[in-house]
Amino acid sequence: MPLLFIQDLEVDFRLNGRWVRAVDGVSLAVEAGETVCIVGESGCGKSVTALSVARLLPEPPARIAGGRIDIEGRNVFELSSRDLRAVRGGVVSYVFQEPGAALNPVFRVGVQILETLRIHRPQRATQTEVVRLLAEVGLADPERRARNYPHELSGGMQQRVMIAMAIATEPKLLIADEPTTALDVTIQAQILDLLKDLKHRLGMAILLITHNLGLVGDIADRIVVMYAGQVIESGPAAELLRSPVHPYTRALIQSVPELGQTRDRLRAIPGTVPQPGAWPIGCRFAPRCPFVQPQCHLQAPPLTHSGTDPAHQVRCPVATA
Amino acid sequence: MPLLELQHLQVRFPLDGGFFSGPRRQVHAVDDVSIQLEAGEALGLVGESGCGKTTLGRALLRLIEPTGGTIRFDGEDITHLPASELRARRRQFQMIFQDPYGSLNPLLTIGQSLAEPLEIHGLGQAGPERQARITALLTSVGLHPDHADRYPHEFSGGQRQRIVIARALAVEPRLLVCDEPVSALDVSVQAQVVNLLQDLQRERGVALLFISHDLAVVEHLCQRIAVMYLGRIVESGPARELCRNPQHPYTAALLSAVPTLNPETRSNRIVLRGDPPSPIDPPTGCPFHPRCPVAQDRCRSERPALREIQPGRWTACWVQGE
Ligand SMILES: Nc1ncnc2c1ncn2[C@@H]1O[C@H](COP(=O)(O)OP(=O)(O)OP(=O)(O)O)[C@@H](O)[C@H]1O
Ligand SMILES: Nc1ncnc2c1ncn2[C@@H]1O[C@H](COP(=O)(O)OP(=O)(O)OP(=O)(O)O)[C@@H](O)[C@H]1O
Ligand SMILES: [Mg+2]
Ligand SMILES: [Mg+2]
Repeated sequence: MPLLFIQDLEVDFRLNGRWVRAVDGVSLAVEAGETVCIVGESGCGKSVTALSVARLLPEPPARIAGGRIDIEGRNVFELSSRDLRAVRGGVVSYVFQEPGAALNPVFRVGVQILETLRIHRPQRATQTEVVRLLAEVGLADPERRARNYPHELSGGMQQRVMIAMAIATEPKLLIADEPTTALDVTIQAQILDLLKDLKHRLGMAILLITHNLGLVGDIADRIVVMYAGQVIESGPAAELLRSPVHPYTRALIQSVPELGQTRDRLRAIPGTVPQPGAWPIGCRFAPRCPFVQPQCHLQAPPLTHSGTDPAHQVRCPVATA
Repeated sequence: MPLLELQHLQVRFPLDGGFFSGPRRQVHAVDDVSIQLEAGEALGLVGESGCGKTTLGRALLRLIEPTGGTIRFDGEDITHLPASELRARRRQFQMIFQDPYGSLNPLLTIGQSLAEPLEIHGLGQAGPERQARITALLTSVGLHPDHADRYPHEFSGGQRQRIVIARALAVEPRLLVCDEPVSALDVSVQAQVVNLLQDLQRERGVALLFISHDLAVVEHLCQRIAVMYLGRIVESGPARELCRNPQHPYTAALLSAVPTLNPETRSNRIVLRGDPPSPIDPPTGCPFHPRCPVAQDRCRSERPALREIQPGRWTACWVQGE
């Protein structure tokens, strides 16, 4: 039994008086201790999928229209609000993109971590534990840092504090939604290293969300590529990065600028992700696809198996033919 | 004669303290920076958050007043030029900012946003002539002339950043200071903006000062790179050479932090420990020594000056480049 199991998840939003689908039949699983990365451009439905796990989406305007999400075998859509709270604090923790926005500006960061401990692990709610957690996430001089207010810390330090708070409850699954997008590349590399290290030391599973495939190679066991509310390719990280099949995955890989590249132009993906409510009838990537065939515009392709690994799945009949 | 020449530029911000709180403390945001930019050249300015890139970019356009040094634009010393005279020259240098959402007025159509700078600088006659200019601007950044009637919220981040660039180009500047113009965008659309800037530089000869923390993008776009640490330039040189053979340990660390799909590059990563020190009380000696993997005794006590180690290549390090 996987730790997290999402099957055929469908999420709608109420827009101008009608329900519009934003996540359309997403399935994925995260085993205990495993790192799965969800990759895709802005607006693909990555955050909505991630927030659904602990039912953090505001309902309304959102509604779960179908599918199920099991955490440790229990369907979160059937949990009482009390059990949901237990899941949020004890099993699943979140880290978001803007650490500054998630921390309370008027409290010292140590106090905020202590408060989290008091709610979820009261027996460990001590100053010693706060300092241990801050040291765990690699902050130098943790005793002093605990007494700082958020604005006294750099963006990278704030994100470390957020991670300390997220691991304070010893979650089995850490969901990190673009945790490094607001940070510069050096600090980004540090935070990814920290996540990798925590995963090994604490045996925690990670669901990491990013728009940059260049970031995931070191940390991902499996990769799920999303486009316009659907999974369009998924599989073991090494195989997917070495031999990507879907034209969208290939385009995402080529858009990562590499040092020492001799190519004259950087590769962009032309056009934009279609918005919910305006998805094409056939393949949703067809309007931007360099390999598009006439039938792509007519029929919505299913996910099918591809390549050498049985777990590798692709939603493109042209590329898998 | 270079288009832009900075000599010993310095920007310090006072820290507010009480009346009797002892000696006035200051943030040394930009400290003794000298750089040159030739007409039509693209210079990349890289460094971590807080190292002073934005402050430098704003100070050289006199959007912030420098506290020391000189700024020459096209040979003329503009460091102390009064505001009235500066305004006439502003046309020649434009700045685009990091946030593609904050820099367009949400209440104006794209056409109105583009007409504004033309009106301010009295370019083209109101009416069909200005319309034609706006159409040409939109086309030059890869947008459709019909887009002039739409509002900012109807565009994606990459499109908005291209509109911002179109607006900066409206006044036909000779220098464009771009402050992290792609950092807020998806990697898949970054390239649209970078390729556009590359075309402008090549085809129209607009000089670029491109500020970023991502060396892969900078290497691609710029002919030269200057690396900044704690308010100072610690290395500069031709882009390709500097990336292939960095001479400052900080540059090496920045290079190895670049996200990559190449597993070999990744396995040799040097992850820099810790955060940059505070620009309020910079460390003695080399400002990088507390985080430097090859620091020696001398680095802790004496500050290395920027030296030319090969023609066109400069580094401020006691250990490397001997
Ligand atoms: N509260 C909301 N109300 C209405 N629509 C929403 C809401 N939240 C998300 N959406 C829509 O759902 C779609 C998916 O959004 P989501 O935030 O999951 O994208 P994402 O892949 O995380 O993108 P990003 O990289 O920008 O974070 C988007 O089109 C978005 O506009
Ligand atoms: N108006 C100000 N008053 C006081 N300090 C300031 C002011 N503006 C900037 N600073 C400080 O000057 C230093 C340089 O800031 P700057 O914004 O130039 O850095 P940056 O390299 O652009 O960083 P980022 O990558 O985060 O944009 C920082 O320590 C910053 O806190
Ligand atoms: Mg998101
Ligand atoms: Mg800045």
